[in-house]
Amino acid sequence: MTIEVIEPVVDGRSARKVARDTRKYEEMARRRLSSKGATIAALAIAIFWTIPTFGLLVTSFRPAADAQTTGWWTVFTNPSFTTENYQLALTSGGTTLTLGESFLNSLAIAIPVVFFALAVASLMAYAFAWIDFKGKNLLFIAVFAMQIVPIQMALIPLLSLFSRGLTINGVQIFPGLELRDIDHSFATVWIAHTIFAMPLAVFLLHNFISEIPSEVIEAARVDGAGHGQMFFRIVLPLATPALASFAVLEFIWVWNDLLVATIFAPPTSLPMTQSLAGLSGTWGNQWYLQAAGTFLTIITPLIVFFALQRFFVRGLMAGATKG
Amino acid sequence: MVTRPPTEGALPTSLGFSFNSFFQWIGSQGPIVQIPIVLIVFGIVVGVLLLLIEYAPRAGRGYFWLRLAACFIIPIVAFMMLRPYQGAVLYVLAIAVILGGILFYADYRARAGAGYLFQLVLFMAPASILLLMGLVYPAIATFIQSFFDKTGKTFVGWDNYVWAFTNPTGFWSIINTILWVLFAPVVSTIIGLACAVFIDRARGEKVLKILIFMTFAISFVGAGIIWELQYDYRQGEQIGIFNAIVVAFGGEPVSWLSLTPLWNTFFIMAVFIWSQTGLAMVILSAAIKAVPPEQMEAAALDGTNAWQRFRNVTLPGIRPSIVVVLTTIAIGALKIYDVVAVMTGGRSNSTVLAFEMVNQQQRFQSYGHAAALAVLLFILVIPIIVFNVIQIRKQREIR
Repeated sequence: MTIEVIEPVVDGRSARKVARDTRKYEEMARRRLSSKGATIAALAIAIFWTIPTFGLLVTSFRPAADAQTTGWWTVFTNPSFTTENYQLALTSGGTTLTLGESFLNSLAIAIPVVFFALAVASLMAYAFAWIDFKGKNLLFIAVFAMQIVPIQMALIPLLSLFSRGLTINGVQIFPGLELRDIDHSFATVWIAHTIFAMPLAVFLLHNFISEIPSEVIEAARVDGAGHGQMFFRIVLPLATPALASFAVLEFIWVWNDLLVATIFAPPTSLPMTQSLAGLSGTWGNQWYLQAAGTFLTIITPLIVFFALQRFFVRGLMAGATKG
Repeated sequence: MVTRPPTEGALPTSLGFSFNSFFQWIGSQGPIVQIPIVLIVFGIVVGVLLLLIEYAPRAGRGYFWLRLAACFIIPIVAFMMLRPYQGAVLYVLAIAVILGGILFYADYRARAGAGYLFQLVLFMAPASILLLMGLVYPAIATFIQSFFDKTGKTFVGWDNYVWAFTNPTGFWSIINTILWVLFAPVVSTIIGLACAVFIDRARGEKVLKILIFMTFAISFVGAGIIWELQYDYRQGEQIGIFNAIVVAFGGEPVSWLSLTPLWNTFFIMAVFIWSQTGLAMVILSAAIKAVPPEQMEAAALDGTNAWQRFRNVTLPGIRPSIVVVLTTIAIGALKIYDVVAVMTGGRSNSTVLAFEMVNQQQRFQSYGHAAALAVLLFILVIPIIVFNVIQIRKQREIR
């Protein structure tokens, strides 16, 4: 803003010229900075990184007989493609579910969890950032340190808490949810995922929320806003980039999770990763099916990733560089 | 009556509407229908919470009663939702009234203003309850469980730990986990750093970055299958690229994933490194861009070459980010489950603690062994987190 004041008033034409020159010099600087060796090295790594995925993508479109007997790279000399594998993969089920059915389950697991985790964690993050209380720092570090608990350690007791409840001295304090036999029940998976997301979510969101200038908060307080309004009207809108990026991250993690769903979901509520893992066993070396199934599974996180990767990177930064 | 355990068939005392009945009802809907329903209900709950946070602390007689009522009604409704049985309802009522009373009194006398404590509790309660229920309590329970046998009834002392170190499965899971946590983070970070440095100065920066970072969005199940195809082992014509290369050079095809000792662990680790390098690259690349260009220019004027500038200017500048990356990936490596489960299922001594723990529990129903392995895993994570907590404290002091 100060620059606008200092700079002399210029007419449109010379402003455009300045902009053009700036772009030219920036481009020149870029070209001088970029070196051939670096480009080649980066290209080599990128190609090496993409080959396995590319190989599987090619395999998924090859006719069954070809895929079983020749390497995927032979398509370059002997191309033949089909989409049959995908139809077959979508409708076949090694376990109780087909990949198509478990696709819906994955959506029903991942979407609500993202909202639960964000809401609950941002409430706590706000309290840590803008409400003063005794032992705040200690408590914050305690929450951060809960990443210490490997989720494997929490699985068995949490499972028994869900199914049998909690009884102390013969008095039932919490009677259990009795959901194992309910078809399409996601409640236990939702709760478990939300819990396991908490320490990191609180940490990352707190880093962002506490960076909001205190003048903004003070001004709102002077205007008579309570904590509820400040949270909803000021902090949430300002923290949208962080919330969005964490949402993407959390969505990809939950979508890709195998362990939590395996333990907590009833057989009819299993997500795609679980179906795929089961199918890859029963499909054995039927690579055309495994490849198609794998791509059906990873297509959603890839779409989310490509659509929102700009957010995504910024959100990772919020946690990484500020520490 | 109070101390009597709940009698069989006693009518549950509830509002006729509890978490349980809600979840059972929603479970009967289709998966896609459930998404909006549960989100709306959750939204209403959060809305009520924010409303209370906003209005309860106001001064005035009406708000005073609102606060007082909320102190008693919220805990009671919460316990009713959890559907306590008849025998327990008196305890619950007593706890609610005492807790509410203390809270209300403390608030009334609080120097930070009436309603202050009340708000704080409302902000913190949801996450705190989840953490206590889902991490603190289970961690303690698992620790106790690790001293009991399979059934969880007989105390066996250190037997489960002795088993973990002497039984081949337990032994290899420990050795492999240590290898994982030593190699995976370091290799990913080094490659990620190399990518960040090279790509920073390469043409087509964006595309290259996305290609490498893309693997981060692929599930470990997917990544495992992707690499299994490349590791494929068979006689005759090869369809896996690695054996195709070996055969092309006149070698015998190799069964990569059953290559012992330890080789297969490293081949599985490669998949993990492949998927995590993108993360390291993105974070380190942003950190490198944040290093002040003046420092670089000053170093260049002093006649240093590119490597010296990297060693003496870039590396010290991005040290905190390197720590973050190493930690994140190390914790991920410690808890790795999916890759091992999909690629080998722990066969040929490729198992790791986190996988073996679930394996012992699910397949062998051996809760004692599983718990002991989980505690070992916990012990391995402690140093990493302690190191990070120290780092956070240091940074806070600087600020």
